[in-house]
Amino acid sequence: MSDSTSNPVPAEHDPLTLRAQVDELIARGAFDLASRRLAQLWRRDPAQGTASFVIARFEEIRDKLALTKLKLAILRSFTVEPIVPLLRAEAFSYGIDLEVHVGDFNTYVQEILDSQSSLYRFAPNLVVLAVRADQAAPELYRDFADLSPEAALQAAERVVKSYEQWIGAFRKQSQAALIVHSLERPSTPSLGVLDSQSEAGQSGLILRINRELLRIAAEFHGVYTLDYDALLARHGSEHWHDERKWLIARLPIAAGHLLSMACEWMRFIVPLSGSLSGRTVKVLVVDLDNTLWGGVIGEDGMAGIKVGPEYPGAAFQALHRALLDLSRKGILLAVCSKNNLDDAMEALDKHPGMLVRARHFAALRINWTDKVQNLREIAEELNVGIDALAFLDDNPFEREQVRAALPDVTVIDLPKNPLEYAAAVRNCAAFERLSLSAEDQQRTEMYAAQKQRDGAEQNFQSKEDFFRFLEQEAELGPVSNVTLARIAQLTQKTNQFNLTTRRYTEAQIAEMAKQPDWQIFSIKVRDRFGDHGLVGVAIAHDQGDQCEVDTFLLSCRVIGRTIETALLAHIAESAAHRGCQRLAGWFLPTRKNAPARDFYQQHGFECQETNATGSLWTLDLKSSKLRCPDWIKLKVATEITEGEKH
Amino acid sequence: MRNLASDIFGIPADKITAESSPATIENWDSMQHLNLVLAIEEKFEVQLEPEDIEQMKSIGAVAATVEKLRSSAH
Repeated sequence: MSDSTSNPVPAEHDPLTLRAQVDELIARGAFDLASRRLAQLWRRDPAQGTASFVIARFEEIRDKLALTKLKLAILRSFTVEPIVPLLRAEAFSYGIDLEVHVGDFNTYVQEILDSQSSLYRFAPNLVVLAVRADQAAPELYRDFADLSPEAALQAAERVVKSYEQWIGAFRKQSQAALIVHSLERPSTPSLGVLDSQSEAGQSGLILRINRELLRIAAEFHGVYTLDYDALLARHGSEHWHDERKWLIARLPIAAGHLLSMACEWMRFIVPLSGSLSGRTVKVLVVDLDNTLWGGVIGEDGMAGIKVGPEYPGAAFQALHRALLDLSRKGILLAVCSKNNLDDAMEALDKHPGMLVRARHFAALRINWTDKVQNLREIAEELNVGIDALAFLDDNPFEREQVRAALPDVTVIDLPKNPLEYAAAVRNCAAFERLSLSAEDQQRTEMYAAQKQRDGAEQNFQSKEDFFRFLEQEAELGPVSNVTLARIAQLTQKTNQFNLTTRRYTEAQIAEMAKQPDWQIFSIKVRDRFGDHGLVGVAIAHDQGDQCEVDTFLLSCRVIGRTIETALLAHIAESAAHRGCQRLAGWFLPTRKNAPARDFYQQHGFECQETNATGSLWTLDLKSSKLRCPDWIKLKVATEITEGEKH
Repeated sequence: MRNLASDIFGIPADKITAESSPATIENWDSMQHLNLVLAIEEKFEVQLEPEDIEQMKSIGAVAATVEKLRSSAH
């Protein structure tokens, strides 16, 4: 069923036809469909001319589309303008409406230091600092042979100091994410091979600066390094550079690699956009035949399918390794395959060449039902939105069906050659993460425990009996350096049990935690089946004798286990303790948070007002009967924020 | 070539002639000129010399330059 050659790509994929379709759809007012065709056109032909066309049409319809708006400022020491249309077209194909501000040529220092600069007036969500190594470290680059070893080291340290100053100054003015290009090593060092014989050579010192950049970035929230030296190595420094364009137009990157630069920026932009919109890919659903192994298990059998350490099976093992790396980043894996269950399970469990096994998959749909239906069921089973799914299938026909029926699913265009499969997965920006929590790394195990829990629940007469059986232990704690990333992540990713759906970055949470009138609570939960990790966040803001719940959310893994009551009771208790008379909170409805709609009402709150955005509820703390359920063992940890982050 | 110029300058292909130049196409500034050069290099897999880039002052001149480079490449 996965024979890709039997399904020719439909004629509508031809770029000229697609362009005509886009214009016709826009004229008819079918904007969503027009936008899908535009994205299709871009994937089919990601060239400079196409980018101009895509951007021109996109400008016409962007106000009518539900895209995530994001503002990017690029501070640069070289010409980036021709990259901008490519970047905006690429972002658009990920559902991101990217507004780009390009700083003046070589004015990045003034822009960063001057609080009134056009950079800060633009109010970006995200800033790229792209400085060429020969401009950031001119002495190390141009006149290196003139320098004594001491002078060379001092020059390197001066470069590090300036970056430290710029980043520190930037963070004082802006909470935006900052992406810093590291420095490239010279491809032809002044002293030839002699240079690489010492740590104090030209290359060695550039590497030293890059290491220090990593250290500086780690000292700030929301500052990330783009490894420019590794990017060049990946594409080949001699292919990457275009000396003519550098000399005539200050554009150092060859025409063929402008898109590579845009795609590298996208690897940061996509996860940041996800953190603002809550739309993050959480599950990769894979096909089996000719995707996870070569051949068709139902026809070729265990001995016939190709997967193992030797070619051609090695290509599939390389894909397995890429999948396992995703699962280590907290991205769940699932299978959706048209096959006989027994055949497929035998291969998954027993084939000696398989590196991924059935236990690595959080959901399995191996049947003859159509994939669209199966994908819907997988999303439901894993309790995620359909837009949290990505789909990997060698069959272009299946891919097009999924694209057409479920436009919110991220469909990966798998190359024809299996040798390129692993790279297609590894290079997909949808799987990039900018930080990892302990929860991310254990997610697959947590889902396995959840399956046991769901099985147990069916054996109990009453919910209460089940809750007692679970032996839940909850631990409340303040924000610390250990929990900050996870707390921010939960505000960014939680869509269902989330009363206000306010998204916060790590830097914003850290800032709030410093204010005496803001309280941030996080809750960790454990039960007899395993550890859920940090699954709930609440943020409260004291306003005179009233405490307002700014944020209240719970991961879908623990909804309906009365953890929400325990957390709310604790907030009420602590507000009363601080002398508040009332606890107030908004419920702001979204397309996805219906599970939280009746939360305040169920806990004895009274509705004070309802308007277009939502409803405001209050609880009189004196007469409140809100208590932590007696089947939950509640601990309150009072560790203080350790370490110093800026 | 006309289609490429139409994309880059954002005007319909039938409005572009061999005589079209920075004087008649409002959008044709130095940055769009660079974009046009990059689009040509990408699409026709040629490398334009700085002198070529200087001389491409009309669509006709652009087309002639591309033709020259492509025929010398084969």
